[in-house]
Amino acid sequence: MARAVTPKQKAINTGLAWTIGLLIFFPILWTILTSFKTEAEAIASPPVFLNFSWTLENYAIVQERSDYLRFLWNSVIIAGGSTILGVIIAVPAAWSMAFVPSRRTKDILLWMLSTKMLPAVGVLYPIYLIFIQLGLLDSRIGLVVILMLINLPIIVWMLYTYFREIPGEILEAARMDGAGLREEILYVLTPMAVPGIASTVLLSFILAWNEAFWTLNLTAANAAPLTAFIASYSSPEGLFYAKLSAASTMAIAPILILGWFSQKQLVRGLTFGAVK
Amino acid sequence: MSLKRALAATTALNLCAAVVPAAAQDSSITIATVNNGDMIRMQGYTDQFTAETGIGVEWVTLEENILRQRVTTDITTRGGQFDIMTIGMYETPIWGANGWLIPLDDLSAEYDVDDLLPAMAGGLSHDGTLYAAPFYGESSMIMYRTDLMEKAGLEMPDDPTWEFVRDAAIAMTDRDNDVYGICLRGKAGWGENMAFLTAMSNAFGARWFDENWRPQLDSDAWSETLNFYLDLMEEAGPPGASSNGFNENLSLFQQGKCGMWIDATVAASFVTNPDDSAVADSVGFALAPNTGKGRNSNWLWAWALAIPAGTNQQAEAKQFIEWATSKDYIELVAENEGWANVPPGARTSLYENPDYQAVPFADMTLKSILSADPLNPTVEPVPYVGIQFAAIPEFAGIATQVGQEISAALAGRQSAEEALSKAQALTEEEMEAAGY
Repeated sequence: MARAVTPKQKAINTGLAWTIGLLIFFPILWTILTSFKTEAEAIASPPVFLNFSWTLENYAIVQERSDYLRFLWNSVIIAGGSTILGVIIAVPAAWSMAFVPSRRTKDILLWMLSTKMLPAVGVLYPIYLIFIQLGLLDSRIGLVVILMLINLPIIVWMLYTYFREIPGEILEAARMDGAGLREEILYVLTPMAVPGIASTVLLSFILAWNEAFWTLNLTAANAAPLTAFIASYSSPEGLFYAKLSAASTMAIAPILILGWFSQKQLVRGLTFGAVK
Repeated sequence: MSLKRALAATTALNLCAAVVPAAAQDSSITIATVNNGDMIRMQGYTDQFTAETGIGVEWVTLEENILRQRVTTDITTRGGQFDIMTIGMYETPIWGANGWLIPLDDLSAEYDVDDLLPAMAGGLSHDGTLYAAPFYGESSMIMYRTDLMEKAGLEMPDDPTWEFVRDAAIAMTDRDNDVYGICLRGKAGWGENMAFLTAMSNAFGARWFDENWRPQLDSDAWSETLNFYLDLMEEAGPPGASSNGFNENLSLFQQGKCGMWIDATVAASFVTNPDDSAVADSVGFALAPNTGKGRNSNWLWAWALAIPAGTNQQAEAKQFIEWATSKDYIELVAENEGWANVPPGARTSLYENPDYQAVPFADMTLKSILSADPLNPTVEPVPYVGIQFAAIPEFAGIATQVGQEISAALAGRQSAEEALSKAQALTEEEMEAAGY
């Protein structure tokens, strides 16, 4: 039975939620504001919040110095490619685990997740050497594969959780109606799981977009995505905070907009299975 | 064509584009570099190099620590991702000794290799062979507020002692008005607080290792160094100094909150630039302090261009290095952006040029560089090369851990003795594990 919430409680909850939300968003807001300041204003102490001379100079300098669109395109290809490839592999894997489980299914799931527990730098050299042998260094296809592998355990876990919510009887009925394995997955299971797959795709895309270890260590001039674009504006010897903020804003803007428009899907996906 | 088909076709095309890496030009080189003002300026002039030679240039600019990790991975695996790497004085002798770099022993006569400042050429060589060409070099020096010094009734000597610096710092401190007598590095890291403290310790007669590679951090000289530093920062340093590095102190100095700042000579052009600095017209320069033992507290560093052994474009890379570190390049920058903006600290001829001698910080930069000797960094003999570091592969890891102990002492979480005792123990352990 739902609990009765008084207007006062509701107001407190709303206020609390807004406060936490703003606190979480504040670093992003500060980055965006700093990108419109001069370098001197960016380091002013005490810091200036809104009362500064707004300028687009940093964006102009960043545009002039770097080929933003090339980095953006690489990010789109790498994040998009790894997500599509990941889902193609994860849907059948999650189907088999959800509907045809074996004694070892739980172990396999945990083992898959355990690969996320190793610090990435621990396998940098083996991966680097493999990439040299395969000629994949500084290529987008190499990054598509590596990011797909990194995100695959999470994609499989999320889809598995979704698929388990779908009654097996529906798939059974489809089978009785003569559907083969391919038809069962493509025409029965997938349409029912579209909200789950959509939120998984979104999360995988965001994770791949923000990945900043492999994308920096396996790229040079050709396949570098937006993470490398940001790293090129950071310097321990020189105050370039305003330009760095402009580059960061340009790098996060696409994913921020995507996240904004799809937040309902994302929240639903992330909380699915947890609320029962 | 239906929308679905159009989408499918576009996706397929995009994936094809993803699968086939962009074809590299035959006459194109890839250079990994750091995001420093001089390096960025160089990128702006590379079109001229391409026009002169027909060699295209691709830049990979990364933050210093990321760059270090990136190029180290590539050179140790012979990945061949870069034709030129921007590296420093720490890596060059180690990598040269390992055979990872192409020797620069056949540079053209016009390049005039003898014009390179001896301290720079020496620090970028192994067994007398040059392995990287200095693009710009730096030492460290005192940058101070002439107005505050005058107000305190003091006059900064050209070659001050640490005692004078302490007295001046205390006299200049005005906490009510947010002015602190001295700003020094406190952020942990081998290239952060330990670069400063190692250089400072040389003036106090301390050393990292004795001739038999035994760690010396439990010596009286190190204790004297660290206690002096901690006392000075407590009396005249800014709050939260344990998280201050170059950028944080630059910001404080430019806003008029530091009476003195001892740091890299390249900072001189930043603090005297009226566009960024509120105190641009009242900055003076002096040698980093000494204690009368014959050594100053200044370091020596160069950002240099080197060719990794894995490259297929050796000739083109050498051509670029000769162009970027030449006298003509310095002239080119001076012509377009003024003498204050040329890459400093690499060539003797620059400091003989009357136009450059007129730049306010030129003389003190040269004196600082010339007073630094990487082969004899401190009072007693040492088995290592390097002033603010010891050029052995283990040093970066050890010094970063030691830096964390010292940073904790600066934050008041432990005493100087506790920090040095832990530092000595961890250094002994690491050196033993490394087989010294």
